[in-house]
This record gives sequence, C-alpha cells and structure tokens, in this order.
Amino acid sequence: MTTDVMHQVIWTRLISVVEEQAQALVRTAFSTSVREAGDLSAGVYDAEGRMLAQAVTGTPGHVNAMADAVAHFMREIGVGTMAEGDVYLTNDPWMGTGHLHDITVVTPSFLDGALVGFFACTAHVVDIGGRGFGADADSVYEEGLRLPIMRFAARGAVDRTLIALVRANVREPDQLVGDLHALATCNEIGHRRLVDTMREFGLADLASVSAFILGASRRATLARIAALPRETAVGEMTVDGFDRPITLRATVTVEADRIVTDFAGTSGVDAKGINCPMVYTKAYACYALKVAIAPDIPNNHASLEPFVVTAPEGTIVNAVHPAPVALRHIVGHFVPDVVFDAFDRIVPGVVPAEGAGCLCNFQLSVRPTTPEGRRAEVLTFNSGGSGARPEVDGLNATAFPSGVMTMPVEATEHAGPVVIWRKELREGSGGAGARRGGLGQHMEVGAREGHAFHISAMLDRRDHPARGRRGGGPGAATEIARSDGAAMRVKGRQAVPEGARVVMAFPGGGGYGDPAVRERAAVMRDVARGYVSAEEARATYGLSEAEAAAALAAARRGEDP
Amino acid sequence: MDGRARLGVDIGGTFTDVVLEAGGDRWSTKVLTTYAAPEDAIVAGMGRVLAEAGLPASDLAQVIHGTTLATNALIERRGAKTALVTTLGFRDVIEMRTESRFEQYDLNLRLPEPLLPRQLRFTVAERVDAGGGVLVPLDVAEVEAVADRLAEAGVESVAVGLLHAYLRPDHERMVRDVLAARLPEVSVSLSSDVSPQMREYERFNTTIANAYVKPLMASYLGRLRARLAGEGADCPVFLMHSGGGIMSLDDAAAYPVRLVESGPAGGAVFAADVAARHGLDRVLSFDMGGTTAKICLIRDGAPKTARVFEVARSYRFKKGSGMPISIPVIDMVEIGAGGGSLASVDAMGRIQVGPESAGSEPGPACYGRGGTRPGVTDADLVLGKLDPANFAGGTIALDPAASEAALAAHVGDALDLDPLAAAHGVAEVVDETMANAARVHAVENGEDLSGYTMIAFGGAAPLHAGRLAQKLGIDRVLVPPGAGVGSAIGFLRAPFSFEATRSAYMRMSEFDAAAAREVLRALSDEAAGFVRTCDGDARIGTEAKLFMRYVGQGWEIPVELTPALAAAPEAGAILAAFEADYARLFGRTVEGLDVEITVWAVNAATPPAPVVPAGAAPGGGATPEGAARRLFDQAAGAPVDGREVARAALSPGDRVPGPAAIVEAETTVIVPPGYAARAATDGCLDLTREEGA
Repeated sequence: MTTDVMHQVIWTRLISVVEEQAQALVRTAFSTSVREAGDLSAGVYDAEGRMLAQAVTGTPGHVNAMADAVAHFMREIGVGTMAEGDVYLTNDPWMGTGHLHDITVVTPSFLDGALVGFFACTAHVVDIGGRGFGADADSVYEEGLRLPIMRFAARGAVDRTLIALVRANVREPDQLVGDLHALATCNEIGHRRLVDTMREFGLADLASVSAFILGASRRATLARIAALPRETAVGEMTVDGFDRPITLRATVTVEADRIVTDFAGTSGVDAKGINCPMVYTKAYACYALKVAIAPDIPNNHASLEPFVVTAPEGTIVNAVHPAPVALRHIVGHFVPDVVFDAFDRIVPGVVPAEGAGCLCNFQLSVRPTTPEGRRAEVLTFNSGGSGARPEVDGLNATAFPSGVMTMPVEATEHAGPVVIWRKELREGSGGAGARRGGLGQHMEVGAREGHAFHISAMLDRRDHPARGRRGGGPGAATEIARSDGAAMRVKGRQAVPEGARVVMAFPGGGGYGDPAVRERAAVMRDVARGYVSAEEARATYGLSEAEAAAALAAARRGEDP
Repeated sequence: MDGRARLGVDIGGTFTDVVLEAGGDRWSTKVLTTYAAPEDAIVAGMGRVLAEAGLPASDLAQVIHGTTLATNALIERRGAKTALVTTLGFRDVIEMRTESRFEQYDLNLRLPEPLLPRQLRFTVAERVDAGGGVLVPLDVAEVEAVADRLAEAGVESVAVGLLHAYLRPDHERMVRDVLAARLPEVSVSLSSDVSPQMREYERFNTTIANAYVKPLMASYLGRLRARLAGEGADCPVFLMHSGGGIMSLDDAAAYPVRLVESGPAGGAVFAADVAARHGLDRVLSFDMGGTTAKICLIRDGAPKTARVFEVARSYRFKKGSGMPISIPVIDMVEIGAGGGSLASVDAMGRIQVGPESAGSEPGPACYGRGGTRPGVTDADLVLGKLDPANFAGGTIALDPAASEAALAAHVGDALDLDPLAAAHGVAEVVDETMANAARVHAVENGEDLSGYTMIAFGGAAPLHAGRLAQKLGIDRVLVPPGAGVGSAIGFLRAPFSFEATRSAYMRMSEFDAAAAREVLRALSDEAAGFVRTCDGDARIGTEAKLFMRYVGQGWEIPVELTPALAAAPEAGAILAAFEADYARLFGRTVEGLDVEITVWAVNAATPPAPVVPAGAAPGGGATPEGAARRLFDQAAGAPVDGREVARAALSPGDRVPGPAAIVEAETTVIVPPGYAARAATDGCLDLTREEGA
C-alpha cells in the first residue's frame, strides 16, 4: 500500500474511533446535559500530546480545551512515570474545560511497552457537590469539589482513596462514580482500536501518521488565512450579565500565518458564577473563526494552532482562580457574536447577525406543599432564534453557537411534578431584514397541584436584544414574569408560589440587510405562517393591503401564498 | 407453506422486482417502476414470471408486497393535504424539532421544512398530565370549530397528536369522533394508535407521516387488489412492514407509515433466511447498491430491531437531518456509499467518497454517458474487479480509459498518484468508511464482529465484501444467489408479524407484577389480533421486550423476556436480565441505582418458514482452472495475478482460491488473496479465510 493511501485510511479511522468513543459516553452517562445536549468530547493524541482527531459533539466549548488538556497532564503527571493501565483525571476549570462540572479523563496508550499516544474525554457530570449547579457562588471553592490532575487508576488499580473522597463530597455518588468509570472505559475502547490499527499497518509509533495529518491540516488552514485581507478590526457587544451589564470587546487581527483575537477592553470578572476561564473563551472564539473560514477542516492540533486568542487576566473572559465559573457558558456563548462583529468588518458577507446567543436554560426546584408530593430538580435547555445569515433567514428556536438539543416536554414532565403549559414559536420575534432573524419561543411553566417551586433562571438579552446587521432590525428581547403579575429577574433563583406560573418569551435573532428589499413572497409566506403579523409586515416590510389579505387568505386554505 | 405459488413484489426507486416461487422452483424478473400507476409494473412482471413458469394467475396463493411508495411520498412531499390537531401551546413541536443543528460547522445550515406548514397545525385547549390525569378537559365545541376550519382549508387527512396521549387516549378519541361526525370523508390518524410512545416530537411526526401518506396508499392498495383480481390473482395480498414481517392489506392501508423501509427490511429477512440455511447465529448483512450501502446485524436468525429511525435525511445522510419515525423497524445503518458514489479530494488532500452519487444517469465515467467524475465503479474497474466487456450481463460496455482519466483529473493529479494508486485510494476509503460504520454499529449493540459471518448482496456488495471482511476481521463471507432481487425473495420468507408497543414508566423498586402482567397481556392481544387477521388458524408466538435503564439515564436498552417471565413477570428475574444485558453492552453495571422500565413491546409472529439446511460445501471438489486475470490486492496495495471463473460453471463443492474473480451476469464476486470460495449446495458462494493467511 502506498504510504499516502495508508495515511488516508488511518486518518479516516481515527476520526471514526473518536466518534465511537463519544457515542459510548452519550449512552452511559447520567448527566442530562451529556445525553441530551452532547456536552462531552473525545480525542486522540500523539506521543507529544498533540491532538490528531476530535469527535464533533454538541459543544464547541470543548474545542481548544481538549487540544490543550493532554499537555497539562504530561507536565503534571510526568511522562516518565506513566505506565500501562494508568488513567488520569481532573476537573480543574483552568486545566480542563472551564468549570468543575466537567471531568476530563486522560489515558496513555502503550504499544509493546512504548508510549505511542493518548486518549482524552470530557463529560459534564450530574453533580460535583458545593452549592450545586448555578451562578450563586462567590468563589470557585463554593462550587464543589476540585480534583487536581491526578491518577484515577495506577497500573490498572483504581485509587480507592480518591473514590471515597469523591463519594463523600457529592450528592449523587453512585452516578458520579458510574460516570468516572464510563469516561475511563471510553478511552479504553479508543486505545484498543488504536493498537489494532497500528498492528494492522505495522506501525511502531504514530510519528508519520501525525506528520501527515498535522501537515495537511496546517497547510489547509494557513491557505485559508492567507486568502484573507491582513487587517485589524474591533467588535463590541453588551449583554445583560447578572446584576450589571457586561461589555465584550474583541480585536481581530489577520496576520500572514495566524489570526489573533484579543479581548482587551472587556468587562472585569463578575461577583457571580458567570465568569469564563480563558480556555472556554478560546474555544468559542476559535469556533467562530473556524466556522467562518475553515468549517470543513477537522479540529486537531495543527488546524487550531493558527487561531491565537488572548485576554487580559481579570476580564470576564479570562477569569482566574478563585473566581466562580459554574455558568461560564453564558458569557462563552456570546463570544462568537462579538468575534463575528469584528470579522464582518474584515470580510463582509459571511457571518450572521447577532442571535439569542446563550441558551435559554432554567432549572426548577420543586417541593411539595402537602405530604403526598415529591421533591425534584428539573433542568431544561431551550433556545431562542439565531441571527439571519447573508443569504438565508435565521433559524427559529435553534441553538447557536451551542449545539444542544432540547428535551421532550413529555420527558421533562416525567422528571418531576412540573407542567410545561406552552412551548412554541414566538410570533414577530425575528429581527426584520432582507433576511429575517430566527424566531424565539414562548415557554410557560408551573408545578403540579400540591407543589411550589423555585426557578433558577439563566437567561439574558432582556436589556440587550440581538442586534441586526447591515440595516437589519433587532430580534425581540427576553421577557419573564409571573402569571400573578409579579416581576422577575432574568438570572438567579426566585420563588414561585403554588398555583402561579412563570411566563417567558425567549429572544429572537437579529435581521440581516434592509427589510425593504426582502422578497415579497418571503414576507407573504411569513404572514401566512404567522411568523410575522400582517400589521408588522405592512409597517416594516411595506406589504400592501392586498398582499397581506392574499397571504391571510392562503393561510385559511392551509397554503403558502 | 402448502407448495402453492407465491409471488413476492418489491417496488424500488428504479426497478420493480418480481419473484415467483412454486413447487420448489423460483422465477424472477425486473421491470422498470411505473410511478404513475405502480400496479402496472407489478402486473407486467407477474405476467412474465407466470408465463415462464407456465402457471395461471389463479394458481397464486399469496402475493406479498413491499414498496418504497410511502417513503418516496414523504421524501418528495407528495402526500395528501394533511392537518394536525394538537394541544394548545404546542403548535410548533414538529417545526422546533430538537432545537439543535445537525451540522455544527455550516453557518448557512437550512433545516428541513416540517411535513406540515404552520397554517395546517391547529390547537385545542386540553391537557393530560404525565400521570395520565386530566388537567384541562377537552371542549367538544372547540373541536367542532376546528373541524369547520379544516373543512374550509380542504383538508383530506388529519393527524391528532395530544400531549401524553400514549398514557390516556380519551381526548384523541373524542377529537376523532367529532371529526368523523363533521368530516366523514376525511381520514383520521391518532398518535395513541399509530405510535403510542412517549416523546412528542417523534410521536407527532410519525402520526403526521401516517396521515400524510394514508389516502395515497389506501387508494393504491385498493387499486392493486382490484387489478390483481382482474388478472385472475384474487388471492390475499399482504404487505411487508418495516419490522421485517408481513401484515394484512387493510392494516397496511390504516397504518401505512409501517410500510416505510419495507424494501430494505425484505433484504434483511433474505439474509436471515440464508443465515438459517447455513446454521449461522451471528451475521452481518451487507447490501450495497448504486447509491447507498446498508448494514444490519442478525442474531440467532432475527435481524436486530429498533423503535425509531429517520427518513428523508436531507444533509449527507447525517443523523438528525431527516424526520424521526417511531415504529418497530429493522435496525439498519445506511451509508452514502455505492457503486455510483463520487470521489473527490478535499482541502486537506483527503480522498472523500460519497454521499454524492452519479446515479445511473450519467453514471460513473466508465459508462460513457457524459459522466466525467470518478465513481466507486470506476475505481473497481481500474483495479480489475470488473470486466469492461461483461458488466450488467454485457448490456453496458465500460470504458477503462474514461475511468483512468476521471481518476487522474479528480484524485490522482491533486495527490500525485497514478490512476491505479488513485483507484486503490478510492476503494480503500469507501471500504474503510463502510467498515467504520459497521464497527460503530456493532459497538452500539455490544457486539464484536470478529466471530461474525458476512452475507453480501446487492449489485456492488460482492465487489467489496472481501476487503470489508479483511478490515473487520471477519473470516467468512456468503454471497447468495438471486442477490439482485434479494428483498423480494425476503418477502416470501417473512412471517406474519406485528409489534405493539407502549410507553409506561415503572421503577423496579416499585414493581407491580399485576400491572406488568396486564400491560404485557394487552399488548400481546393487540399484536396477535393483527396477525390473526392475516391467518386465522396459524400458531402465533409472542416475544416480549422491555426497554429499561438506570433512573437518570436517557438511553434505554432492550431486554428480552423469556416466555415464562413474560407470562408471570417478576422483579428479581427482570432486573437480572437487565443487568446481564447492560454489562454485555457497557462492560459493567452501576451499583446502588434504581432501574426503570420505560417502554413495553410485544411482537406476535407466525413461526418462520422451515428451511432446508444447506450442507457445508462438501470438501474435495474440483478447483476449476478458469482464465488468467489481473487483479489487485487491496491489503498489500499491489497488482496480483489471479483467475476468473464463471459462477454458473461451479458445482457444489468446487473450490476457487483467491485471488479470483467469480463472474455472473449481475455482478462479480472478488475473492481476495488468503480467502477461498466454495460453492455451497444452495448456490451460495462461501468465502473463507484460510489458515496461515
């Protein structure tokens, strides 16, 4: 077999191996965010710790974190002390993926006694002790148990002391220990496949494979960067934050062989746990640029390396120990929008308008008001609208940049005594434009009779809706209120008495381009489908009375006009 | 069966395959599918095989039919004008899908349009909770008002999908009654009948799909029955369903969504029948055609099944880009890799194959019909797997020079490879892609393929099966005869069967044996009732399956119950069965956690047709000399001298050592070096890896 063809086959197989690793985790993990949201990652590395392939999962937030992780383990554990059967772990937010709830497990891979590579995987676990999952901690010490980089297993023997410590410090010890074993098993599956592959092709090490994969990826990435204008541009965006607004500022500079994104000028760390460690900021900044210029190039050490991300220490996007970071996703999910704002000034016509950004998640803590009831914690993931694209409308109620899935309402209602009274598209919420922003959604939730609850809201964009681009209008802002009329905040834990519901409307995406030039047929279709009211279509898009009437008549016939 | 004649008919996208079996003999033919009136092709094909057999149509005892018509109507959006009636607050469930993007790195991603636009989705105030209690009663007057709007819109078919209706169908039935009274012409499908499973997106979509194709399929099936009767074939007509069994024509007309994927299901049953003849308990079925390859695991004679699958994938066969259908289905992995799949080189210099396909027009470059891009068939030709003068029975003369030019232009030049090396690269990449899909599927099912036998059919499979087996560590490959009409033959081997399922949560710590027995009994009665309508006298067996998980997990695993345990459910034994299956799938059990049942399923079926065992090919047969032929050893990456033998010239027991090409009209079986093929008594070619190879 020619060496090139062999390398092609092995590259294809390594990508399959990491996907398989990730699937194994999805099926065995206990955490809702892993199985429903794909909040996990898996990757394979060469003996120098350079990532060769990474599974494409639900969260871009792990992209760079995984690429960097193994190097931390090699340094902390010491390559010379690594042995067959060893398994290492950490949940350090600054060594792993940005908060204590993600556990990263690394396994060295040995072939005939020689260290040939590594496997790593990360998953969000159900609970890690401390205050529980929320923004309310004042420091990372309150957010749960922190496990430095250490051995989970040494030469095949699991560290019982570690297990005992973990068990004593978390709310769901059986599930967490189950997840630790699942992570270790997932690496083991990858290791066995790698060894089989190397034997099949008669390889003693991965050096030539690594050189082939990384060389091809680097050349392809650099070619994309070289095709860009060498310019610098600044993007800025302000969002609600916890108690005070947060301004994100990104300066993007295209150089000959790299793109530097710097966050100087961004707000400082917050008192609450929405701060973002550098590793997570880096992941989303890099995701934004990759999806804009190199979406087809798989993530590995070489394809990620030219994307350099920096931020001054102490900004909310480079929060350092001991800042609270549990909900780092809120700021992280907004990073692409601000990077896009800068990139659009360098290369127009590629990136979308601003979207809902962070997921519209909330957790319900239900407690009985009578002896028959039961307690439950119910976490849901929901999405607003995405920003309109230069040539395509935004996506309705679809996550971006996160890749999470929502849960079925019927499944949520089985998870605890809650009732979701409404979950449907929010008419008129997409920003106007030549391309319309994606619609947000309505949600209305309550508890079953005999129960009251607290809601921990993790929403944003009430005071800072998604801005349109190039003449497009803003998406609708977030709304939240109690059905009895009481006002509510977009973030934090808030009590809801028995019988009351929480009524929410999630934000729409921004529009793109001048609404006046939107195709008439698209406006009429939007009216017929009820995405846009006839009044708004006339006021914003200049639809004539006759056109509006024709659209509504088509709707009554059950047709698009 | 009683030895009387039976007809199997498979309507595919291009061809309608017709197979007649009578008195131990078989006749088959292929007719171009006639889209406007699909029954025309059936009647034409039936006439042909009956004439060949010298039998009158009145000799037919059964016609068994499978079709892609329902699938195509969903893909091409050619169904009836359909509306949804759903719970207030949930109008957009099928449009909001999972609220996720199935492709993370495409900024211009478009989601597929839902089957019904928003203006055809209506709501009524009503609500059932997760315990089956009524929170908001249904208001009949409101349903009547909706009925008037449905009439105004000219709706032909209605799907009713209400929240938690799988637990408590009362409200759906009330809606049906109102609609039946107000709109007697309109057909109605209830989610609590079509797919009584938890998870509203899948259930609603499945119900809508059923409603959407129902008028079309009911009309077609009615016409077919009349046409066949008019031709003298007034025997019962049965339909192959996606779960691998057959159902009555009337049930098929009421639940046409169960016909989706019936063709591929027939292929899996065909492979299962071959497996039974050869006494194989672990089989990988590999079906590769012009645009896709399908892979399915068969354990102990039964293809693996699943509860949900996706149709109409709109984006490179990507998971999530289609629409979910939750019905019992044979669990198949479909890969965009077939003979027509096109090869290219991406920005990283990686060879990519498929899912884009050249189809049959213009086809790969070697067809000489204007195709200039290289397909898998071009690579196969350059590697010597195909004889340019003898492709498709000699009907298409292949042009190797065109293949070489296409491979050079689109693969070789970019990578500095000569056409032969480029062809090798393309073949290796497509085989690797299929091997990876098979491995992942096996791992998901807790299986290790190394002890498996592959059964290869479909036009392109015998060209690639040998290399695939090498990659998967599979030592034995069977290539059955009749592989070009495998699905239609499979229809004739399928039992009458029906699987009834229901979502109902039960924790093992609160196991209620009486309630469990009652659910299983009701499902068993329902499933057997469907089978009884096909054959009033048959012995009907039932198999119960529970879908279980640790509380807190989102993924259930299927746990089969023994008949004794299904008749008298007992918590300890069920838990032990779950733990054994969980450990097999995931390597370990989890201590200290409660386990729950989420879905209950009972499959009722008639016993499988008895098989005539195909003796292992007797040893000591001849080794035909054959003609010399230049082949290519993909594993070594080098040309190799082999032989060419005509399949028709082989007698049972004959042995053909690799490297060899065994040629027949429909395809070529490639025997790699290190494997030898033997002709088995039932016409299968049995490729086995030889010791020391």
